Order: sequence, then structure tokens, then C-alpha cells
Amino acid sequence: MLLNKNLSMKKDIIKCALSALLMAGGFVSEIFFPYIPYLSMALFVISYLIVGIEVLIVAFSGIFRGNFMNETFLMTIATVGALVIGEYAEAVGVMLFYNIGEMFQEYSVNKSRKSISALMEICPEKANLIMEGEIKEIPAEEVKEGDILLVKPGERFPVDSVITSGETSIDRSALTGESLPRSVKAGDEILSGEINLNGTVHVKALKEAKESAAAKILEMTENASERKSKSEKFITRFSAVYTPLVVILAVLLAAIPPLLIEGQDFSTWIYRALSFLVVSCPCALVISVPLSFFAAIGRSSREGILVKGGTAIESLSKVSRVVFDKTGTLTKGKFEVSRIKPAAGISEAELLHKAALLECNSSHPIALSVMKAYGKAIENMENLNHKEIAGKGVMLEYENKVMLAGNLKLLKDYDVTGTENVSEAEAEGTVVYIAEDGKYLGLIEVSDTLKQDSTEAVNSLKKENILTYMLTGDSKISAQKMAEKLGISEVKSELLPGDKLSALESIMKDNKEAMKTAFVGDGINDAPSIALSDVGIAMGALGSDAAVEASDVVLVDDKPSKILTAIKLARKTMVIVKENIVFALGVKFLVLLLIALGLGNMWFAIFADVGVSVLAILNSMRMLIAKSK
Amino acid sequence: MTLKYKVNNLCCANCAAKMERSINKLKGVKEANLSFMSMRLTVDAEAGTSEEELDRQIEKIVKKVESKCSLTKI
Repeated sequence: MLLNKNLSMKKDIIKCALSALLMAGGFVSEIFFPYIPYLSMALFVISYLIVGIEVLIVAFSGIFRGNFMNETFLMTIATVGALVIGEYAEAVGVMLFYNIGEMFQEYSVNKSRKSISALMEICPEKANLIMEGEIKEIPAEEVKEGDILLVKPGERFPVDSVITSGETSIDRSALTGESLPRSVKAGDEILSGEINLNGTVHVKALKEAKESAAAKILEMTENASERKSKSEKFITRFSAVYTPLVVILAVLLAAIPPLLIEGQDFSTWIYRALSFLVVSCPCALVISVPLSFFAAIGRSSREGILVKGGTAIESLSKVSRVVFDKTGTLTKGKFEVSRIKPAAGISEAELLHKAALLECNSSHPIALSVMKAYGKAIENMENLNHKEIAGKGVMLEYENKVMLAGNLKLLKDYDVTGTENVSEAEAEGTVVYIAEDGKYLGLIEVSDTLKQDSTEAVNSLKKENILTYMLTGDSKISAQKMAEKLGISEVKSELLPGDKLSALESIMKDNKEAMKTAFVGDGINDAPSIALSDVGIAMGALGSDAAVEASDVVLVDDKPSKILTAIKLARKTMVIVKENIVFALGVKFLVLLLIALGLGNMWFAIFADVGVSVLAILNSMRMLIAKSK
Repeated sequence: MTLKYKVNNLCCANCAAKMERSINKLKGVKEANLSFMSMRLTVDAEAGTSEEELDRQIEKIVKKVESKCSLTKI
């Protein structure tokens, strides 16, 4: 298939070169050997047939199928017309440059189609199944949830899975554009399509191949070009009227002036009319606009940004407000110890050890994060006798001392001293107070931590004059604190799940008419907001299916800083699309006008027409290499 | 009812636009969308439309506009 294409390309190049050579011969003989009858004419005609015969055949077979208004037919009329009125060189020139233009078009379209399909080779075909101690190679589609698989260095992970044994580093650049390898060990989750770099690992399949990240990314990108933007629809409608209009004008141009104006001969006006036909194809426009969007979709997916179609790009470029869901979007959605503040005379390690003694028997998220921060196991854990005090905390008698962990109420109940300077107001997350034998030891704060790039994401958006909002169910104080830390413009706190939607709605209503509001979320409960917003952005290929389904844009790797990257790429795309529309239309109309006035000839027409196509296509392809910053 | 096709050898953008327009005019077609770059045609047809008849009509249009194109169902 590929070989075939290269071969036909080569054939076309040879054809054009040969024809150009003969055309040059025609010019030479016209100047130097004008006395040899028909020599230059013969050279021009042969040259014409070499490049034109295929076009003529297609045009005539089109006529038999009742297909008149196509470009080959119009090119045939224009060039045969030129031959008839004795403009041999023009006929060759038009046919030759028309062919060169077509060749260039085909080449660039194939090139960008290929660059996208190369991107799509992320779905592995095989998997090594471990069954009863034996390794069996099976097709990736046959992997079932729960299967144990062996993944060797250099292989792609066939399905979304979790490592059960071994450690390695993985390359996820095909999915997220992140070029730094990530080291993983037992318990870490892996997306399908990621490459195992250096260690052999055993993994347990979490999903089937067709439900896994690589397949979903593939499907999304393939479907993306079906959602056409307004500019694409405009171009399609425009092209429907452009060609017939130019043809009608050409006919009128050929007939009316010579009939109405005295002293005007038919041959001048027929020549002008034929020149009109040379620019009758709206190709430059029709090809460059979808090409720009297609290249943009491909370019974005290299950054781990999956854009679902031209409409999404169009809206993204107009985003002036970004609304964030807090948990899981700006924060990691996981609780961690964020502050350890011991009382005077106590060390942090000491405080943490006491807290661990108190919390080691509980499965509460807060207790778990304390134990994680402590990092060690507590000896003789089974012999410790914890007493839960509902709504307040936990009490433990340990080495004849009464130890407490809980809220301030609990400490008050036990008449703990030393809490005078402790205030709850500065807390961002949940605070556990620790006391021993009636003496306050200090506090440990557990909170959901911000993602590494959240602050950067918010700041960079602000620099672009994009307003940022945060929606959260958290208390006003803690939400405000986090918003300040991030630099979020406005925060709406203490929202019940149902309130989020109306909060978003009022932000959208407030926005300027022509501008768009984006909502960024990750969970199932965000799906309605994602659907409601102008641009719904879902975090994570592993995010909830409902959120991904409802979204216009998916950020594969959970990084909020990619939002601005997406917006910038979209803006660049729209600039290119507009440049192409204005440039192509402008040149076409100018050329038509100049020809009608007799200020341009057929050479001028074909150069302008092919030139516009080539420039518009090159401009579109710029998107493939666009910088993300 | 959504039907999906791949239009092979599609290399003229204007032809793609023409095919899309003609297919949109077919009886029983609610919306047809042909992406020139991905060469994928998606047809949203009214329920109860004969699928074979639609396949035949669409193929006819594709061939008429660009004879070297062929249609495969996906």
C-alpha cells in the first residue's frame, strides 16, 4: 500500500518533470526557431497530453456518470478552451501546475494522516498470560479482568493493570507526552499502552483491552474528526455555492460584454472566462481547514490532551473562565499528614509516635494517613486496648498513662492543660489533638494535598486573563485558605453536590456572551457539570467513564497545568484557520476581479490558485509542529 | 440507527464535501458526516430505514463523485 503510493508519487513527479522539460522546449523553439512550422505547438501539445491525459480521462468518465461540476471537468474546459483559441503555452502551464498542486495536496494529506496513525500504534496486540505456572501468549483482546500477566522489558502493557510483583520504570510518553520515565513497584497502577522499560513484572489485569486506556484514547481520537466545527461547516456550505457561482460568472463574462459593448471581441472575453474556470475550485479552503483541525487534534494528543473534535477546539480557544472542582482536580484526592505541630518540649518524632500508638487500630482515613506518615508498624498492636469515644476521638491506657487523640472537646472532657494557645482557626484540613496524662502534646493535621502543578496551573491561567473558580463542599475557612494558596480568583464553598451545578450555571451566565466557560472535574458526580459547561474537561484516562464520556477534552495525565496548554494550542489552531480562510478567499476574489478587468492572465490565475493552496496547506501543517508553551 | 463507513482512497477534500452533501439529502438520513482527514463517514439514519438500501445508495454517491473511492463498513 505504502510502496504503491510512493511509486505513483514517483510516476507523477517524472510526468511533471518531463512535461516541464517539453514545455521549456516549446518556449525555446518559439523564440529561436519560429520558422519551423508547428514545432513549438507540437512540443506544447505533447507536454500537455503527458500531464493532462489522466485528468481528461477522469473528466470524461465523470461526464458519463453525470458529474459535471468537478474540478477535473472545469480544468479540462479551461485548458481545451485555451488550446482552441491558440494559447498553447497557457494550456500546458495550467495543466502542469494543477497537477503539481494536486501532488502536493496528496502528499501533505497523506503525511498528516500517517503522523496521526503512527500516534495510534499504542494498542499492543499480545499479552503473556500466566496460568498454572506456565506462560502462554494470547491476543490482548482475550485478557480477562483478574488475569495475571507477565510483561517483559520493551513490551507495552496490554491492559490497564496493577503490578503484583517486581519493579521497573515505565515510559508513558505515547499517552501523556511526559518524557521522563516513571518508576513503579508492586501496587502501582499502569495504563495500557505504557512501555515497560527495564524490569520484568507481573501484573493483574484491571480491565479488558477494549475498556483500557489505549483503546479508549484511540477511539476518542478516531471519532474526534466527526464533530465538525462551525468553520468546517461554513467551508462545506461555501464550497457548495462557490464553484457553480464562478462557472455562471464565467459564462456571463464570455457572452455579455462582447454582445453588449461595441468593439469587444469574443476571443478576449472567452479567454477571461477560461481563466475564471482555473480558479473555480475551492480546494485551498476545503482542504486547509479540516487539515488544521486534524493536525491540532494530533498535536494535542501528543501532549496527553484528547480533544473531541473541531467544536471543542473552537470553544477552547474562547475560554475566559475556568471552573475547577477541588477534590481530585486541584488536589490529589488523597489525605496526607500536612502539618505536625508539637507543644513545647516535645519533638515531632515523639508526637508522631504517640499519635501512631493511638491510631494504629483504626481504619479511618485520618488514622491511615497518620500511620503512613509514621511509616513503621507498632509492636504488640493486638495487646493495646483502644477505646473509641464517638464523635470525639480515641483513648488508650498505655504504660499506665492515659493517652488521647481527638478533637478539642475530647481534651476538654479529660481536663487537659496546655491547650490555651491552640486555636482551630488556622487549620486547613482535619486536626487531631494529642494529649498524655492530662498534658497537651501537640497536633497533627491531615489534609488533602495539592497537586504539584496546581498553583502553576492557576497562575498561568491568570496571566492569560482567564478567571479561575473553585467549587467545593469544604468549609468556608479551609476553602478560602486553599484558594489563597493557589491564587484562585473566586471560591464557592460549602456546596452540596446539587449546588455545584447551579454555582457553575451562575458563573456561566455571568460570562461575556462570546466567551466560553470551562469546567474541570474528575469524578462521576462531576459529569453533569462537565456536560453543562461550554467546554467540559475530564481529568485522567482512568477517571470515571461518565466524566470522560460527557467531556469535550480529556487530560490523560491528571495535570491541571495542561489546561492552559490545551487552550493555547486551540487558540493557535483558530488563528491558522482564520488566516487560511481570509487569505484564500481574499486571493480568490482578487484574482477573479483582476481577470475580469483584463489585468491578469491565465498564468497569473494558476499561480495564484496553486500558490494559495500550497501556502494554506503549509500553514495548516504548522500545527503539527506547534510549540505547546 | 448509526452506520459507520470508511471511504478508502479519499484524496479530494472538495469531493468529500460533495459526498457529504449528497448523502445528507438521501431519504431516511438524519445527518451524515464525512471527515475528509480520517476518511470516516458516520450516518445517522431514521429507524426503520433499510440498511442495505442505504449502503447501496451511499456507495453509488461515493463512486459517482470520485470513481477510485471505495466504501467499507465498520
